Amino acid sequence: MIRVSKNPTVDTAAKLVAVAIGMFAFVFVVMVPLYDVLCDALGINGKTDGSQYTSVPVAIDDSRTVTVQFVATNNEGMPWEFGPSVTAMKVHPGAVNDTVFFARNPLSKDMVAQAIPSISPARAVKYFHKTECFCFNQQPLEANAKAEMPLQFIIDQDLPKDIQTITLSYTIFDVTDAVSGSLAAR
Amino acid sequence: MGFISERLRAIVIHAAALIVTVLSGGALASGSKVNQLDMSPGVTATGQAIYDLHTAILWICIVIGVLVFGVMFYSIIYHRKSKGYKASNFHESTTVEIAWTVVPFLILIGMAVPATSTLIQVYDTDEAEMDILITGYQWKWKYEYLNENGENVAFFSNLRTAQDEIYNTEDKGEHYLLEVDQPVVIPVDTKVRFLVTANDVIHSWWVPELAVKRDAIPGFVNETWTRAEETGIYRGQCAELCGKDHGFMPIVVNVVSKEDYAAWLETKQAEAAEIKALMAQTFTMDELVARGKNVYQGYCAACHGMNGEGGLGRAIAGSAIATGDLTKHLDIGVNGVPGTAMQAFGGQMNDVDMAAVITYQRNAFGNNMGDMVQPIDVFNHKKG
Amino acid sequence: MGDHHHGPAQGLSRWLFTTNHKDIGTMYLWFSFAMFILGGAFAMIIRAELFQPGMQLVEPAFFNQMTTLHGLIMVFGAIMPSFVGLANWMIPMMIGAPDMALPRMNNWSFWILPPAFLILASTLFMEGGAPAFGWTFYAPLSTTYAPPSVTYFIFSIHVLGLSSIMGSINIIATVMNMRAPGMTYMKMPLFVWTWLITAFLLVAVMPVLAGAVTMMLMDIHFGTSFFSAAGGGDPVLFQHVFWFFGHPEVYIIILPAFGVVSQIIPAFSRKPLFGYASMVYATAAIAFLSFIVWAHHMYTVGMPIAGELFFMYATMLIAVPTGVKVFNWITTMWRGSMSFETPMLFSIGFLVLFTIGGFTGLMLSIAPADFQYHDSYFVVAHFHYVMVAGAVFSMTAAVYYWLPKWCGRMYNETMGKTHFWISFIGFNVTFFPQHFVGLAGMPRRIPDYALQFADFNMMSSIGAFIYGASQIMFLYNVIATIVAGKPTSDEKVWDGAEGLEWTVATPAPYHTFETPPAVR
Repeated sequence: MIRVSKNPTVDTAAKLVAVAIGMFAFVFVVMVPLYDVLCDALGINGKTDGSQYTSVPVAIDDSRTVTVQFVATNNEGMPWEFGPSVTAMKVHPGAVNDTVFFARNPLSKDMVAQAIPSISPARAVKYFHKTECFCFNQQPLEANAKAEMPLQFIIDQDLPKDIQTITLSYTIFDVTDAVSGSLAAR
Repeated sequence: MGFISERLRAIVIHAAALIVTVLSGGALASGSKVNQLDMSPGVTATGQAIYDLHTAILWICIVIGVLVFGVMFYSIIYHRKSKGYKASNFHESTTVEIAWTVVPFLILIGMAVPATSTLIQVYDTDEAEMDILITGYQWKWKYEYLNENGENVAFFSNLRTAQDEIYNTEDKGEHYLLEVDQPVVIPVDTKVRFLVTANDVIHSWWVPELAVKRDAIPGFVNETWTRAEETGIYRGQCAELCGKDHGFMPIVVNVVSKEDYAAWLETKQAEAAEIKALMAQTFTMDELVARGKNVYQGYCAACHGMNGEGGLGRAIAGSAIATGDLTKHLDIGVNGVPGTAMQAFGGQMNDVDMAAVITYQRNAFGNNMGDMVQPIDVFNHKKG
Repeated sequence: MGDHHHGPAQGLSRWLFTTNHKDIGTMYLWFSFAMFILGGAFAMIIRAELFQPGMQLVEPAFFNQMTTLHGLIMVFGAIMPSFVGLANWMIPMMIGAPDMALPRMNNWSFWILPPAFLILASTLFMEGGAPAFGWTFYAPLSTTYAPPSVTYFIFSIHVLGLSSIMGSINIIATVMNMRAPGMTYMKMPLFVWTWLITAFLLVAVMPVLAGAVTMMLMDIHFGTSFFSAAGGGDPVLFQHVFWFFGHPEVYIIILPAFGVVSQIIPAFSRKPLFGYASMVYATAAIAFLSFIVWAHHMYTVGMPIAGELFFMYATMLIAVPTGVKVFNWITTMWRGSMSFETPMLFSIGFLVLFTIGGFTGLMLSIAPADFQYHDSYFVVAHFHYVMVAGAVFSMTAAVYYWLPKWCGRMYNETMGKTHFWISFIGFNVTFFPQHFVGLAGMPRRIPDYALQFADFNMMSSIGAFIYGASQIMFLYNVIATIVAGKPTSDEKVWDGAEGLEWTVATPAPYHTFETPPAVR
């Protein structure tokens, strides 16, 4: 046992202070990153890992068809018109699929948005690969401008057979203030 | 004095009625009944499974409780100093200790088996026949019927109970706080998948008789499902504290026959198409006033009077707001006046109706502003 | 150490600068009672509003502030400090130590508490009102949507957390280093054992709570996104961090209560505690399990099924050591020679009602059934059976049990027994019907409810007023005892009581065990 002090009381107290500080640090350096890792691994909240998938060309499985639904939600205070151009697609695992979401900024000021994806069922998360997505980056849109935002994805051939429908939801947040705020703070 | 004695009498009558219900075993039929004592099995197979699980575990607990407290009360009655009972001195028995560690463990395993299978049943969201996106808002619900081949049907569902009932100036109706302007409608015997999310804070969508409770988390979708086996109206509430009016965002699910559902959906789609067409239009003053008059009578007249003379709410005729700045007037219509009975109607009526009713108020009851609001103005104001 | 041999200093400075464990214990106890009355007053407002359907007394926003402050004040202001006060008074006397190991820190850990709660209470008068997001303060209601007073709330949580950590370090240091010769770990009274384990839990999880509120603070003021999906964070992460603290917190509250009851039941059964060693192991097992069950508070957030199953099984396991404890207490009573003075009545009340709370806890652990129970009044009933009938009843028992030793005067037994029966009846009338309305579908934290819940809510409110009023009788009895109770100088106030604290003079002198006692 390491002794911090010859005085046993001080020794105990010092070790306990270290434990307390350690537990405070544990929240930031272990719990938060660990939660993110677990989310990626288990698909908690249908969170996708937010990075681009480098596609490996594989055979397309024509024998199966999976329905992919697109859902859009505006978070509170987000005035954009935002939604999928088609509400659903029928796709084959292995195939590269393209679709677009449209967005319109109705305000007379420039804005920046961040779309957050979420996939349901959570079990499907690891089999849903996005090779291109507007959610990878913040999306600026000038006053009264419109945009078509592309999404390209592949459903993995290993998708469990019982999953026939996958819902891909985007919630769009207004991050204009956060972006300008962090610039101002610098 | 008269008031107090009346209250007292009411309390006594209530208490008497309560004792009668409790003694008669309470109301155990399905449906959340007055003074219901137990969980309802509801109208779904999962609800029944959960109810059975709940009942089984409750009885196991009751049996253990009776045994344990039985021993304790026997001891309290017989092993007392006042009876001259002499204390023994035993304080250890490894055999007994092991027994009452192992036996409860085995009982727990017995509980875990049905609990696991019920949980698997609840989690099986596959092969749903239809999907509804439920979005929690402070403080209302939005339902969006996902349609793979076209436009989704979407609407808000608001509390319909009048402020007068809540603030005790009017008698409370039968479904006080559990009634909405537009219930969510689902067909019977159909597996319906619910995708649950939120617009602002965390809410939780709970309908006891469908045995569904799922948190609505902003930014993420959760899924759950139900398959109602009986038609009827089932009521629930938001279960996660979501701010001031957490207690005032009920859920009403109307389970109807498949035919009725198809007919209802068709009506909704037609309505939506109509509103969409109207949204893009620019109306004349006469059109807006004519439409606005109907809307006014439906939404506003109860408080503000048929002729804008006021009542519970302020007078509209000659009011500073209705004859003042148009944007401010529109804002009150859309966002309400916090802390008063004037609700935010922005989520409750469509933009065409909002434009019409504001225009009507500015150009009726002797108000003669001559200005008008178009649906697109309402839309922009809401988003701004 | 020179002035140690004198009595206490006079006047205010005695209390402000004291390093005496008994003085500090007394201050903790009075402070926690004041907080109990304040939190109780908030509860009375809640129950008065819920007396009938419809909004009568307060607005929904204020109602939410009441539920929030009621929870925070009862957990952090009343229950936790009361047990810290008890630990201060009793642990040195139970292990034969002259004082706590770190007396100066002891003074600090008490004196930072009143300002913390002053700040918390003052949020009621701030712009936007007090925190209204529940004592569990889930993000984003407590971050993006919080009133401005949330910053003061965070500061107050930091300070009271610091106080708890300091208090716990002191308790651990005392127990580990200050035991009288011969007082081995397995000879320590169970109250000391449960507090030692509790103190370890506190040192481990209060920093986690501090981490949670620090992340909130950063999200609110410094543009981070721990709990906001927009910036890549997740509101559910907050719940994981909170309950990683929150579930051990539940045992922090109940373990010292177990300790108290384990002292009192043998005393009035005139028979040694049955299964001492298994009690210690059961306490340690509960403490360990408390770290791996947190997500049972979150069954409805949409966890993967594997997660639900893990947390369900782990939670069910807690029933085993808890059951062992209940069986041990009852076997202690079995073939004893029991008498039923007020401390024993409250201990038996604890035993019965805590066990009921344990049963509902087991029911709540069953994940699929929890989809119906979660966030309903069933949960409210459950945790009040554990918190009030568990922690508060045992604390009340402790006060009646040790009060004669503290002040050398006997309380009024008739009044004590009356207090018990009124409390017991009032408590059950309040909380038993809440099981029914919860099962019937009434959500918690609502200021107004549907008509079918009206009768049971009225009953609940009447019970709450009775229970609340009975605490005034308690206060009166305690003050009357201190001022004019029948003097007693018996070292052993209770004939069946065992332990070093009963070997010192009554009332307990200002300094005890300046020379360590001999322990057989």
